[in-house]
Amino acid sequence: MTTTGENDPRLEKYRRMQRIRQFEAKAEKIHADGEIPGALHTYAGMEASGVGACMALRDDDYMVGNHRSHGHPIAKGAKLRPLMAELLGKKTGVCSGKGGSMHLSDFSMGSLGETSIVGSGGPVTAGAALGAKLQGLDRVALCFFGDGASSEGAIHEGMNLAAVWSLPAIFVCENNRFGMSTPTSDAVAGENVADRAHGYGIPGVIVDGQDVDAVEAAVREAVDRARAGKGPTLIETKTYRYGDHAVNMGRELTPRGPEHDDWVKRDPITIYRQRLIEAGVTEADLDAIDKTIADEVADALQFARDSEYPVFEEAFDDVFVDRVPIPAEVQAHA
Amino acid sequence: MARITFLEAIMQAQQEEMQRDDKVFIMGEDVRCNVFGTTTGFVDAFGAERVRDTPISENGFIGAAGGAAMVGMRPIVDATISSFLFPAMDQICSIIAKSRYIYGGQAKLPLVIRSCLFYGNSNAAQHSDRPYSMFMNMPGLKIIAPSCASDMKGLLKAAVRSDDPVLSFEDSTCWMAKDEVPEGEHIIPLGKGDIKREGSDVTIIGVAGGVNVALKAAKALEQEGISAEVIDPRTLVPLDRELILQSVRKTGRAICVDPAHMTCSAASEISATIVENAFDALRAPVLRVTTPDTHLPFSPHIEKPLYPSVERIVDAARKVVGTKQTQPA
Repeated sequence: MTTTGENDPRLEKYRRMQRIRQFEAKAEKIHADGEIPGALHTYAGMEASGVGACMALRDDDYMVGNHRSHGHPIAKGAKLRPLMAELLGKKTGVCSGKGGSMHLSDFSMGSLGETSIVGSGGPVTAGAALGAKLQGLDRVALCFFGDGASSEGAIHEGMNLAAVWSLPAIFVCENNRFGMSTPTSDAVAGENVADRAHGYGIPGVIVDGQDVDAVEAAVREAVDRARAGKGPTLIETKTYRYGDHAVNMGRELTPRGPEHDDWVKRDPITIYRQRLIEAGVTEADLDAIDKTIADEVADALQFARDSEYPVFEEAFDDVFVDRVPIPAEVQAHA
Repeated sequence: MARITFLEAIMQAQQEEMQRDDKVFIMGEDVRCNVFGTTTGFVDAFGAERVRDTPISENGFIGAAGGAAMVGMRPIVDATISSFLFPAMDQICSIIAKSRYIYGGQAKLPLVIRSCLFYGNSNAAQHSDRPYSMFMNMPGLKIIAPSCASDMKGLLKAAVRSDDPVLSFEDSTCWMAKDEVPEGEHIIPLGKGDIKREGSDVTIIGVAGGVNVALKAAKALEQEGISAEVIDPRTLVPLDRELILQSVRKTGRAICVDPAHMTCSAASEISATIVENAFDALRAPVLRVTTPDTHLPFSPHIEKPLYPSVERIVDAARKVVGTKQTQPA
């Protein structure tokens, strides 16, 4: 390929990985400054997993993610302004300031939630795939979950349901080697999560989670299979999280071993940038992309800072279709 | 009008809503074999895709109903016995109740989770729960608990059409009772209670099958010259607080009859509502007639006396009417 135009899918992959990296670098900084409330769970190091998977999806395909939620929507193509505004708890946030860091979910991009109860996306994914099938839509539903979530019953139930009903679903286990502070080897029986696919009679695929092309190829095959009515696939992306379970917690909880440096050397963005350069893309073109994304992130932050906070009454919206009653004594002290 | 049973009412409501809207489908454990008679002939009428047997995997298929609802379907989940909702607390409380809120209104979850209150027939503690009040403490879930066939049909149809998730608790003590049910379009709005019997001395608020016990007690009380008004909230979330308060302001006395365990029961919430809002109208303490805070044993000899009975309600009514206070001058 020699094209490096706006629609070049190779550059789009690079762009989305960079967008995640830079968006989170900014978020981590302003979180340390106290501008973002609550916990911040970063995705840095795992960008190839999310972007590779989402590049294999159509815009109208469904996606369910988890508490490590910044990467998935950006990988699927979401705009940064509502995401940054959400981190700051603003009314213009993608979830109107109700979700925050663990729930960056843009339904206009096919997202059906980023859920912070580990593993709980499994049944939802099976249900979305069922809903697509019953409506005769040729959409697929993809579930991102972690190695930690692989021990949850909900993930098993979702995969069993998808397999027994031959639903158009893809389960992507992003194995980043730690469930909070616990190494995967202390928590997950068996060598690979993907090996469990055998028990459901579905394909189980292990892929290098630092190689965006490899992830995309594996997910694309699973998507084709799902769209053809042949049922779900379980894919395990072997990846690594750079940050602690959540950043800026005061002390490092994740026990880093000697392999840490090896993983950082296999940085997914560095690997892909090198590959593009070898394929004829110029450093200058890639630098220009980096600069454009820095501008996008700065614009998103400015937008977020300029946005209003929700008003108190909005805490009572979207419990149901109609606003729930606001007790007068609470209102009086709000 | 036709006289049909409570179970037939459920069957008709499901049938009519599935005929009306092809987004409505049923899934649950053994729905095709029609265990309780609420899906008679459904596979032939609607096909196996819309009448789906699930694995024994409550968290999985109830969560899947949430996912299907988010992409435009309107699932009815038959979770059979309400005790089986416990394995699905994760999906009910963390996904179904909260997704609309967490995502700022982006998620829509029009679905109904049906389950029965299967108590009073020697099924022991794990199959005899009446857990609606546990879910009343979780915002984001509408809850219906009807006491007669007519209400069951009208509320279930409204639940299927609601864009909010609804839990339908169906009291098995009502299953075979026949009632006049209007033909055709019969919808009862969620959140609207009903006065089942008018009276002037005491208000008895019943929950689910507790309403029918309360009605029998009201008849017995009539023999003693005590006029009892019986209120059925029908929907527990949202609760028709105003209807209850109006009645209590009229009678000045209230008894809450609820087959759930006493602590934090629907009766507790109703009592608190009355005490907080109609204290000045009360002429006696508000009493709860509930199932005490012990588990339900297998042996019928010791199970039966635990539930609200006509005798317990009559005693409670005598107590509150007997303690009638003199109005201050």
